[in-house]
Amino acid sequence: MKILIVDDEPNILMSLEFLMKKEGHKVFIARDGAEAFDIIEANIPDIVLLDIMMPKVDGYQVCEFIKKHDAYKHARVVFMSAKSKEADVSKGLELGASLYVPKPFSTRELMAKVNGLIKDIAQAAA
Amino acid sequence: MNSFWLVFGSVSYLLVLFFVANWAEQRSARRRSLVNNSYVYALSLAVYCTAWTFYGSVGRAAESGVDFIAVFIGPTITMPLWWVIFRKIIRICQVQRITNIADFVSARYGKSQALGVAATILCVIGTIPYISIQLKAISSGFGILTTANDTDSFPWIDKAFYISILLTIFTILFGARKLDANERHEGMVAAIAFESLFKLFAFLAVGLFVTFVVFDGFDDIVQKASTLIDLNKIFTIREEKTSDWFWYCLLASLAIMFLPRQFQVTVVENVNENHLRKALWIFPLYLLVINIFVVPIALGGKILLGTAVKADQFVLSIPLHFNEKVLAFVAYLGGFAASTSMIIVECTALTVMLTNNLVMPWLVSRTDFQRRFGGDMGQVVIMLRRFFIVLLMAGSYLYYKNVSDKYSLVSVGMVSFAAVAQFAPIVLGGIFWKRGSLVGAMGGLLVGGCVWFYTLIIPSMVSAGYMSPDILSKGLWGMEGLRPESLLGVTGLDNISHGTFWSLLLNILFYVVGSLLSQPTALEHNQAALFVDVFKYSKTYESSVAWKGKALVTDIKSLLTIFFGKNHTEETLQLYAKQNKLDLNTRYADSQVVNYAEKMLGGAIGAASARILVSSVAKEEQISVEEVIDILKTSQELKTLNEELTRKSEELEQLTQQLKQANELLQIADIQKDDFLSTVTHEIRTPLTSIRALSEIVHDNPDMDEEQRSHFVNTITKESERLTRLINQVLALERFETGKQELDIDEFLMEDIVEESLETLDQLAKEKNIKIEVTYEGIYDPIRADRDRLIQVIINLVSNAIKFCPAETGKIQINTMQTDSSLSFSISDNGQGIDNKYQELIFEKFYQTRDQSVRKPKGSGLGLAICKKIIELHQGTIKVESELGKGSVFTCEIPLNKN
Repeated sequence: MKILIVDDEPNILMSLEFLMKKEGHKVFIARDGAEAFDIIEANIPDIVLLDIMMPKVDGYQVCEFIKKHDAYKHARVVFMSAKSKEADVSKGLELGASLYVPKPFSTRELMAKVNGLIKDIAQAAA
Repeated sequence: MNSFWLVFGSVSYLLVLFFVANWAEQRSARRRSLVNNSYVYALSLAVYCTAWTFYGSVGRAAESGVDFIAVFIGPTITMPLWWVIFRKIIRICQVQRITNIADFVSARYGKSQALGVAATILCVIGTIPYISIQLKAISSGFGILTTANDTDSFPWIDKAFYISILLTIFTILFGARKLDANERHEGMVAAIAFESLFKLFAFLAVGLFVTFVVFDGFDDIVQKASTLIDLNKIFTIREEKTSDWFWYCLLASLAIMFLPRQFQVTVVENVNENHLRKALWIFPLYLLVINIFVVPIALGGKILLGTAVKADQFVLSIPLHFNEKVLAFVAYLGGFAASTSMIIVECTALTVMLTNNLVMPWLVSRTDFQRRFGGDMGQVVIMLRRFFIVLLMAGSYLYYKNVSDKYSLVSVGMVSFAAVAQFAPIVLGGIFWKRGSLVGAMGGLLVGGCVWFYTLIIPSMVSAGYMSPDILSKGLWGMEGLRPESLLGVTGLDNISHGTFWSLLLNILFYVVGSLLSQPTALEHNQAALFVDVFKYSKTYESSVAWKGKALVTDIKSLLTIFFGKNHTEETLQLYAKQNKLDLNTRYADSQVVNYAEKMLGGAIGAASARILVSSVAKEEQISVEEVIDILKTSQELKTLNEELTRKSEELEQLTQQLKQANELLQIADIQKDDFLSTVTHEIRTPLTSIRALSEIVHDNPDMDEEQRSHFVNTITKESERLTRLINQVLALERFETGKQELDIDEFLMEDIVEESLETLDQLAKEKNIKIEVTYEGIYDPIRADRDRLIQVIINLVSNAIKFCPAETGKIQINTMQTDSSLSFSISDNGQGIDNKYQELIFEKFYQTRDQSVRKPKGSGLGLAICKKIIELHQGTIKVESELGKGSVFTCEIPLNKN
């Protein structure tokens, strides 16, 4: 699986990168929305772990970008955000995200959810 | 024509009139009022058209052309204003039970007895000449008809004398039969309306006869007349006459409002104020119709009779000329109708005025009046009225014999008009101008009256031979400026216009100036408000208490009984008590009842007398003087209270405004608090997320390599420190913002704290290999400030600079400048700089988490906000100068207080 992690917080990038790599995925990281665009275009990830509050281009815009293009829209988007109000969550899901994980999160739960998505992708392919 | 028949006809006519009146009163008693009708009301207003109109207009038209019409044009033009003026006056009179114009001004200006007396005297003096010309008209008409028949052998001594006696009797029968609290005479009004119809009929009959029987229509008359006289000269208004025209119109439009008889029919006899609406067009129509034939008759008379007959007599002489005896008789009765209606109403109005304003106040203030006159004061009032009718008629007769005979009808009438016009300023002012006061009214009326007398009566007395003509040619005491017919040398006006001009001018002047200069009493103040704002108060007036007299119920009852009789009093009081839910079975009367009794009495005997009477009943309680003072005090207190209330409500309004502003500020603060809270939680969650994720990884992966593990654990520690720092800063900021943080002032050298700060940052600077230079300028003295807080500021600013400086090439410069009065220090770096548009914003808390174009190293976002607070607590300022890509300079300046 090709997994893209987008967050402006280097420590979070570091920990998620470690976890995903350990599971054997191909990991890309972006420190803001603009970087994310380039990586998406170049590598077409299967799963995108996406922070919302980032400088320049925020997570919502990245999600919209993904879902707008036929080439990438199959990618599963998982929002990770400190914004945990009902309205934020529903906005994220309306944009086409598969999951919304509030920060701070448990890495174990996050991994379980990502694994669930991977299973879905496999089934959809079959 | 035989004078017997003439006398018989006249008396019969009067009997018919009396029958009409009786019939109307009977219907009124059966509650099927004849007078409650706007047509009857409008016709009763036509009492304005007297013998002067009937005979005099023709005379005037024959002598001086269209002049006569001014007297009708004036009222017609101003009629629409009646809706504003008379609706108000009628309402006032109904509410306050006012029954004549003297009472009206007296009540308006503080129920002043003196003003009532002055007004009454002016009315009497002013109208006696007017009544006298009615006598003159009747007797000369009588003369014309009888001299046409020389076989007359009736032993007449003086026709006018007998006519006066006859009319006196009839006036008494019409106007002074019983006492009523409203002073309304439905019978009289019905009779007047009948007379108006009859005189119109008679005049039109003559007019039609002259125009279409004697001549062949209007054109024929005009054509024939033009061969005799220069019509152009007569029937255009000459230029030098235009100002006279103006004054005549004005005079007539004022007189028709304030003549006692007009006030009686328009206001007192009005049953329903809506009748006024229809009267406003019917009455002018009546004036138009009755004037249609004036010019044809005048011209016809000139053609037929030349100058042999006085033009005043054409109406009778033309029918006689053609020996149309029936028509002449009808014409005579028409003139008779015009005269009698005027005499009856005028005398009724004047006698009410005389009794209520002259005699009753004096009579009832005598302590023994009740003993003297026994229980039936009503009868006394009636007798007084009859006495006054006799007196007025006698006066008019004498005036006629001695003065009027020498003048035309019109000129005597105009003098009367000018007298009653003196009421215009104080009545109109009284209903529209609250400031108008008793002093002003008294001044205006007296001065106007005196000037009227001097300019218009004195000249007539001179020509009647009672005074030396010197006064006319040389002026009073030989002063030319005081010549009655050209005061201050004013010429170019005829004597009526001249007198009107001066009397009204001085009247208004004294009224306005007197009112402005005097201080009204509380009672005047109240009455002024009740008059001017009558539509506001009229609903509540009946229940309002203007007089807080305390009187026994039995006293009130006996007082009313004296005037109205036992049954009427009981009925009226019970009805009032029932309507107002009051109890009459108490010992003392409710103040509303006392008030009501006063108003009821006021209707019958005038406001001033009623007040004296009621206070006499209350006097036994020995409260009259205190009461009066009390009333004054109450109204003064009310006034003060009112002012107080007004002020309070203004204050309240201001307060509301302030509250509103405060509320808006609070709402803004609330939004800011929400923002702050969500930002803080975000800022806390971010390091928490890292800490949790990393610790879980370290725990779940015991086999990870050592170097990575120690890196993760280090990061956990750093993120924990970040969290701690953040919490401390939030708390610190909260203390600054709520004012809980106080400065801990100490004495120290600036150099010491800079060195100390740099020591703390040494490690951080070395990591990026950044050079820090420090310079000190100015004096080298200890300063007084909060040491720890200043260190906090320096550390904050320098650590920011380190963060933003590029590694290896970064350079930071600290400059301090100390003088006697101030300390300034600046921290400059060669970092990335700050865009102009963000320079103001960076001092706001959490600014960094918002719009950011350039990613920067993490901070809490509270550092600069805290620095700003600290500097501000030291009364200083902090500012930033920066350009994108060229570094930034933060400068702080603190005033140094030597003590």
